Amino acid sequence: MSMYLNTIVVLFTGIGWIFFLGATVGILRFPDFYTRMHAAGKGDTLSTMMILFGFAAYQLHHPDLASLLVAFKIVFIAVLIFITGPTATHAIMDAGYGSKIDHWGTRDGSVSHCLIKEDERS
Amino acid sequence: MFGFMTFLLMFGLWITMSGKFDLFHLALGVISSAIVAMISGDLLFQDRQKGFGYRLLQAGRFVQYAVWLVAQIIYANMYVLKLALTTKKMDQVLDPYIFSFKPHLKTPFAQFVLANSITLTPGTVTIRIEDGVFLVHAITGPAAGDLEDSDVINGMERRVAAVFEPEILHQIEAGK
Repeated sequence: MSMYLNTIVVLFTGIGWIFFLGATVGILRFPDFYTRMHAAGKGDTLSTMMILFGFAAYQLHHPDLASLLVAFKIVFIAVLIFITGPTATHAIMDAGYGSKIDHWGTRDGSVSHCLIKEDERS
Repeated sequence: MFGFMTFLLMFGLWITMSGKFDLFHLALGVISSAIVAMISGDLLFQDRQKGFGYRLLQAGRFVQYAVWLVAQIIYANMYVLKLALTTKKMDQVLDPYIFSFKPHLKTPFAQFVLANSITLTPGTVTIRIEDGVFLVHAITGPAAGDLEDSDVINGMERRVAAVFEPEILHQIEAGK
């Protein structure tokens, strides 16, 4: 029983770390503000949730009421991350767009900093 | 009725957070939950005309939607992982651009849920909502092609509308 539980815990936290690795490498490699926010916003949400679920599963080693409550609290944190993660990503993207950061693009042949059209900027 | 449900939710939260079951702490919990339910109970449930059965139906639909969303989030993360760890140069894999569209959803909350869903699905992030027009940044051509393709956008909107605004479903079907 404990063996299976450990496998689940390692699986969840391990997957979380792999996605965190993807997010980190993405932030370092991607060319501009917007694409980096893609990596940061998406990577964070899932990997934090995965690691938290791993922690919650670890609490079930001693299935008494106290550790069940701790597992519940961890799941609450995961739900909070699930809601606030994309919202924060959106807020940072919006702030960047509001301060008129150009986005990097490969449209029209070559790599260029194509300007956002004036009417799109409001 | 709704006040009592607010009280029950608050009390459940109290029990989970305190973890103490003696009379003193439970009594404190009852008193605080009652005060919270009395003062700010009107914040929790909007549109109280709808009945309890409808709420249950909505909760069921929401679970269905959440399962679909979790699958989308896992795809999105695998997509970012693939893009980040590719051995090609970035200008060969990335093809970002910005596009806008206007969904049929009317209430701010439903729009917020749709925006969050777009942010969590592969390759796209909502930048801002202005007068009901969504501005979306897409990271690569194919991913954006997926989303700009009206079927995919309509599909996502239909899922959100089914939970929060079932009365506009026929508009989405008609506007396709």
